[in-house]
Amino acid sequence: MTNVTMTVNGKSVSREVPDETLLSDFLRENLRMTGTHVGCDTSQCGACSVHVNGRSIKSCTQLAASLEGAEITTIEGLANGELHPMQQAFIDNHGLQCGFCTPGMIMASVDMVNRYKAAGKTLDNDAIRHELEGNICRCTGYHNIVKAIEAGAAKM
Amino acid sequence: MSTGIGARVTRKEDKRFVTGKGRYTDDVRNENQAYAAFVRSPHAHAVIKGIDTSAAMAMDGVIDVLNGQQLTGDGIGNIICGWAVNSKDGSPMNMGAWSALATNKVRYVGDAIAVVVAETQALARLAAEAVEVDYDVLPAVVSAAKALEGAAPQVHENAPGNMIFDWEIGDESGTDAALAGAAHVTELSLTNNRLSPNPMEPRSAVAKYDDAEEHYTLYTTSQNPHVARLVLSAFYQVAPENKLRVIAPDVGGGFGSKIYIYPEEITCLWASMKTNRSVKWTSDRSEAFLTDAHGRDHISTAKMGFDADGQIVGFKVDTISNFGAYMSLFSSAVPTYLYATLLSGQYNIANIHCNVRAVYTNTVPVDAYRGAGRPEACYLIERMMETAAREMGKDPTELRRANFVRSFPHETPVIMTYDAGDFDANLDQAMAAADVAGFAARKAEAASRGKLRGLGYSSYIEACGIAPSAAVGSLGAGVGLWESAEVRVNPVGTIEVLTGSHSHGQGHETTFAQIVSDRFDIPLESVSIVHGDTDKVQFGMGTYGSRSGAVGMSAIAKAMDKVEAKVKKIAAHVLEASEDDIVIEGGEVKVAGTDKAMGWHEVGLSAYTAHNLPPDMEPGLKEGAFYDPSNFTFPAGTYICEVEVDPETGVTEVVQFTASDDFGTIINPMIVEGQVHGGLAQGIGQAMLEQVVYDDSGQLLTGSYMDYTMPRAANLPFYSVHHASTVCPSNPLGIKGCGEAGAIGSPPAVINAITDAIGNNDLAMPATPQAVWSAIHGNA
Repeated sequence: MTNVTMTVNGKSVSREVPDETLLSDFLRENLRMTGTHVGCDTSQCGACSVHVNGRSIKSCTQLAASLEGAEITTIEGLANGELHPMQQAFIDNHGLQCGFCTPGMIMASVDMVNRYKAAGKTLDNDAIRHELEGNICRCTGYHNIVKAIEAGAAKM
Repeated sequence: MSTGIGARVTRKEDKRFVTGKGRYTDDVRNENQAYAAFVRSPHAHAVIKGIDTSAAMAMDGVIDVLNGQQLTGDGIGNIICGWAVNSKDGSPMNMGAWSALATNKVRYVGDAIAVVVAETQALARLAAEAVEVDYDVLPAVVSAAKALEGAAPQVHENAPGNMIFDWEIGDESGTDAALAGAAHVTELSLTNNRLSPNPMEPRSAVAKYDDAEEHYTLYTTSQNPHVARLVLSAFYQVAPENKLRVIAPDVGGGFGSKIYIYPEEITCLWASMKTNRSVKWTSDRSEAFLTDAHGRDHISTAKMGFDADGQIVGFKVDTISNFGAYMSLFSSAVPTYLYATLLSGQYNIANIHCNVRAVYTNTVPVDAYRGAGRPEACYLIERMMETAAREMGKDPTELRRANFVRSFPHETPVIMTYDAGDFDANLDQAMAAADVAGFAARKAEAASRGKLRGLGYSSYIEACGIAPSAAVGSLGAGVGLWESAEVRVNPVGTIEVLTGSHSHGQGHETTFAQIVSDRFDIPLESVSIVHGDTDKVQFGMGTYGSRSGAVGMSAIAKAMDKVEAKVKKIAAHVLEASEDDIVIEGGEVKVAGTDKAMGWHEVGLSAYTAHNLPPDMEPGLKEGAFYDPSNFTFPAGTYICEVEVDPETGVTEVVQFTASDDFGTIINPMIVEGQVHGGLAQGIGQAMLEQVVYDDSGQLLTGSYMDYTMPRAANLPFYSVHHASTVCPSNPLGIKGCGEAGAIGSPPAVINAITDAIGNNDLAMPATPQAVWSAIHGNA
């Protein structure tokens, strides 16, 4: 067992957890924050994407015990009073259907836009599709997800 | 009104999904929650000689380990197929026994043998590993064709030669005669590749037994919670219906795979009673590949005959359908009444015959997956049309037009009666949108870059809203296929609609509210849709087969008719006018042509205060309806795929995909387009990427996203989606359905485009770069 303390959506949390606890399980089971979803067991689908110290990672591949002191943002912490522009863009562009991949899609998208903006690179549609390599959606055929990210990026 | 029928409104349900507030089955955690893990067969075919649970039982935190002998000993019934299909000789189908936990034999890798219930999921899985099963391994068969060979291993004793049924439809001698007299006959042997549905939310079940009430509650990932309750109660004897509540909360996609009642739900319910704990099981993705019903897996040979003018004179098909190791809930209907009945396509064909042999193999059970039978039919017909056109030197669109059905109703030789459609309009629109006229120039430009460009068509038709109940009953269905709804107007005028349809991505909370907003001219925000809970909604048949619009919304419309009639009676009474003069608009119920009016909410309040109702009228404003359609609906359209192939590598890019669909009335174009996008992605996935692969011993080689190629954003284009609609005459809203069209129509369009580009018709799905490269080089 390891006692781990991290900041999740701006709040400090401490839990005693088995060493093998994944961040996704820590969020879902220990903190009961179920917005982060688990859709596969090979780090392929990206439904579990969250931000760790400002970068999008797959929470199913990080041990909670390795994240002592980390700053975590989950889908529950993205809205700040009003919806984040990327959340609103997914609604406006019908970028979701069943909603299961959506939290991971949005967290990955926000990070994607931040990285491109920081590097001064253009995030065109081809780049968006390439960047979505680690996020699988079975409902939308990606058409409206790409449109949503393009629209969300314009407002970030 | 801007939120009514035809309005492109954003979805009411989205806010909870984009903020992480969706509530899926795995998000449910009861007090004192325990967790289940299944012991599964590592062999495709074996006799169970013994199960030793002592090591697992001795582990700290293990609550119980339960097996199939205990399950059947407690009277839990075998899993059944709910649609009886007889062989052509009249004999009933040979359904082998399927126990939720295998008792003496396992028949596919992943077959469940025992369940461990433990304090944590991790512990349950560890303990499942510690259960020792002694097997006598038997030879296995995975290919449907091989299963029919004399020496093949027998999967079920009561299915000799692994034959479940040998069924036919249509006129064989008439078709043979027509083919014998044809000026040209095109022959094809085609495989429809086996797929895994892969909704992003893995299946999950949380069962809770209340020993004081002897009552069960099951949260589960279901497309049809009432059907689940019916089957769990009536066939599996888990609990009487009044002692079993089934809740399908937010469900993360289904695509058919969440229609069925699987061993895990049954076992969790029973284990909850045995352990007196709430028992939760959530599949991981590998388990999903091993246990979620697969789709397709047909091997077919087909002959189509044409006269000298290009008129189709006969179509003969022989299909072997792989059912896997057990008959899943609707498995028998898929390659028969959902497949062979659509073999007339959009065409006027006088003679059709189809023979289907359904066979057992040592693989995961196969059942309906998005399209269910109709993609298999469409793939045959539309590859046939394109191939025949090439063989006869005709333009593929002209060959289609020469055979289009143009007069309705049209009765096909395979029992369908097409009620409405305009196939030319969709072909015309798709050709204009795809700029077919400019294709030659694009092909030349691609050639200048060393690329091969091709164009492929598919003019599909499907049958949705499977119905009427009496008709499907006569064909063997074990259930009725109607839908129910209840419309409750509250005293303040807000409305709750309870529906038996289930939304797992389709956006019913929005579109169903739109038809209510449209009818009563009230804000969308005043309407809430309730679904997915057998304690709230009286009954329902659920969502599959693109039925929620055509059947589910029709039930709501029928209930609204009754509400409207009562509202008008109340208003006429209060306003001292004739019912015929009452109109509902702008939030008011008024006497047409006068200034006499009541607010919509005042009528609601009047109904509940009951101070001034017409004599003999009951208080309240709540009406229910059951709607049983009079016919299937027939969505149809044309898809055009344009590809560019790199001949050096075989890598193929879909550079343009154009769809023109006739879905009848469209409630929300944004949502309908989204359904088409998703269907197209799955169809393009089938055509180019996806394939379930077993080795000869029955080991699943595609058991994760590292092995099974899911379509990703970079594999797919933007889609150009259009509509040319005719109104469906058989239901009150004129809706045909849109959920499956994309997956049905697109695979042949893709393959027709690639074969056009490379000039070799011998190409199977999935058209991977290796397959395309090989085809370019003559499949040597």
